[in-house]
Amino acid sequence: MSWLVALLLILGAFFAFVAALGVLRFPDFYARMHAATKAGAFGAALLLLAAAIHFGSLRAIITVGLIIVFFYLTTPVAAQTIAQAAYRRGVALWSKTVHDQLAEDEAE
Amino acid sequence: MYFEELGMPLALASLVASILLVAALALALLRIVKGPTPFDRVVALDLIGGICLCIIVMFAIHFDQQVLLDAAFVIAIVSFIGTVAFARYLGKGGDQ
Repeated sequence: MSWLVALLLILGAFFAFVAALGVLRFPDFYARMHAATKAGAFGAALLLLAAAIHFGSLRAIITVGLIIVFFYLTTPVAAQTIAQAAYRRGVALWSKTVHDQLAEDEAE
Repeated sequence: MYFEELGMPLALASLVASILLVAALALALLRIVKGPTPFDRVVALDLIGGICLCIIVMFAIHFDQQVLLDAAFVIAIVSFIGTVAFARYLGKGGDQ
């Protein structure tokens, strides 16, 4: 059991690190937002799962379940809100972007 | 010394995880310093909130303190409200 917790701990921290690496290295704002929300939420979920397995009590499992559900409900909302605000304010897309669906839809 | 108390794999894993998480904090902080637009800074700040949650959960496992999971819950709530508030504020051009 201890090995499973250790593996989940390292994997979760690795995904959080990958999210931060994406936020630093991706070329435009929208790609950075994408990296931060998806990988970050997945890393946090893995770490919380490790905590649930480590403690194994009912209280820990309920708390962890609540945090995971709440995190996965709120992260997309926050990402969508901030991306919409950025698009409305005219934050530039990457120069190599091939398709801007929202601009096409609004032109119709 | 705590290697015997906690068990070898878990102590090693929390060491590796803490190094990775602190490196992630440093990278996100670098994006806050560089970030060309305020939106980049808000996204990096949101990610720092998530990494703080990860660090608290890692502490909970390492020091065997179940209470710290409640603190992680609070961090999840507050970081979401902060990001949405920033998005509303910046979307209306509040920083101009």
